[in-house]
Amino acid sequence: MYNLKCDVAIVGGGPAGLAAAISAKRQGAEKVLIIERDNSLGGILQQCIHPGFGLTRFKEELTGPEYYGRFVDEANELGVEYLLNSMVLEVNDKENTIICANSELGLTQINAKSIVLAMGCRERTRANIVVPGTRPAGLYTAGSAQRLINRQNVMVGKKVVILGSGDIGMIMARRMTLEGAKVVMVVELMDCLAGLTRNRVQCLDDFGIPLKLAHTITKIEGHQRVTGVRVAPVDQNKKPILEKEQLVECDTVLFSVGLIPENELSKKAGIKINPVTNGPQVNQYMQTSSPSVFACGNVVHVNDLVDNVSKESEQAGKYAALYAMGKFPQATGMAKCITGENVRYLCPHEIQLCDESQKVTLYFRVLRPDQNVKLVAVSGGEIIASKKEFRVSPGEMCSLAVETSKIANGEVTVSVVKEG
Amino acid sequence: MEKLIICTVCPRGCHMTVKGDNGVVESVENYSCPRGLEYAKTEFVAPVRILTTLVKIDEKENELLPVRSNKPILKSKIEDCMQVIKTTKASLPIKRYDVIIKNVCDTGVDIVATKDLK
Repeated sequence: MYNLKCDVAIVGGGPAGLAAAISAKRQGAEKVLIIERDNSLGGILQQCIHPGFGLTRFKEELTGPEYYGRFVDEANELGVEYLLNSMVLEVNDKENTIICANSELGLTQINAKSIVLAMGCRERTRANIVVPGTRPAGLYTAGSAQRLINRQNVMVGKKVVILGSGDIGMIMARRMTLEGAKVVMVVELMDCLAGLTRNRVQCLDDFGIPLKLAHTITKIEGHQRVTGVRVAPVDQNKKPILEKEQLVECDTVLFSVGLIPENELSKKAGIKINPVTNGPQVNQYMQTSSPSVFACGNVVHVNDLVDNVSKESEQAGKYAALYAMGKFPQATGMAKCITGENVRYLCPHEIQLCDESQKVTLYFRVLRPDQNVKLVAVSGGEIIASKKEFRVSPGEMCSLAVETSKIANGEVTVSVVKEG
Repeated sequence: MEKLIICTVCPRGCHMTVKGDNGVVESVENYSCPRGLEYAKTEFVAPVRILTTLVKIDEKENELLPVRSNKPILKSKIEDCMQVIKTTKASLPIKRYDVIIKNVCDTGVDIVATKDLK
């Protein structure tokens, strides 16, 4: 087997892997190697040709290619190395080795001092949500249609119904319309939009595409190719009202029904997975339950902004480099992060305490939308941090910074409470 | 004429009401910040959007170049611009921000590349 050695090995060359690699290199790691299964770096941003990226980080609105392009340039300047067309088959956290299949080198073993997992996430499919009907051609996840159209110059259909009002679905509605297809409607099970309002305005309203809230597809019809779908409204329990079912003709159905962190490698390595996020359990250094393995980006929890991914990945890269150099901070204690009122999950899941106090930002999502609320962190019966928020919603990540010196009893509970 | 405009400047998404006639704004209600007010006025008089799409490459049949308008384009001109962009072919090599179409449809806006392509 072909052998390679490096200090920090990074699985995945998307926005998370790129930011981690740059940061590891800046921290002083000598040989940083990205292993990427695609034939180019950039990950999913390569097919996200639309604008809306970088507003927080660069204070300007960039498209996907512009955003990752800046990171690729920086990685090249710093001498980050990469192995493309390489599928990682196994991560061994005891030996710190990675085995991958490369089209030219064959099976390759990489010996590293620390490993960063940055595999991102993948789409939920029709099978995940179980839509009845036939299995004709013309059914795509929104992201695979996006790759076909934007990277491979293949138009997927002419008359489209989109299930799910997530951002990718709405962006594809605009994209397909601009390319000459007719988007008949976007169907959403919930009674509110799943994605951002700006995408509804600019991707649906601008082109007069109807949005059917509290509706779902009850059946897919057609034999060789999709000929139509049955669409019905749903009741409060999200059960379709079949008497009101209608046939909608189309030749293509796109599914935009959520994302799942891609953790086969992490699970196989025995890394502890959080049941809510479906990603590795991490501390504030983005270190997993296996000390030499770090994780960042959508493989940990699905983010709404790539700017956040870059930020937490820089943290992962920095500490993976320190680990590789034997300079990792010594812990004197540990605190658990606990979800309180209206908090679905917290990231990081635990905080390592050391002699010196640090500011740690906790990222989290709420369970339900609310207005005029206060985000509160409580430890040892005292409020150690709080922040007012005009509006919170499950689709938008919240954050709150805590000072580790204020943590008592090895616990921090974060809640979202009504003001007043 | 009265028009409901949902602000897209920030995630708050204010529902603003603009009154006016013949492209002249008389009043804006329910906005929460100066940027929102500005957005409402532009959106009422002449809405603009960043246009992003793809351009074919002369030398490579199956490769596409992602492009954008370097400035927001009038919404009413987007279809015309798409027709021009669809019939354009770019030549390699291309650097990010190279101008692919200058002053597209007399909008004063350039269509530029968003990535390097060799």
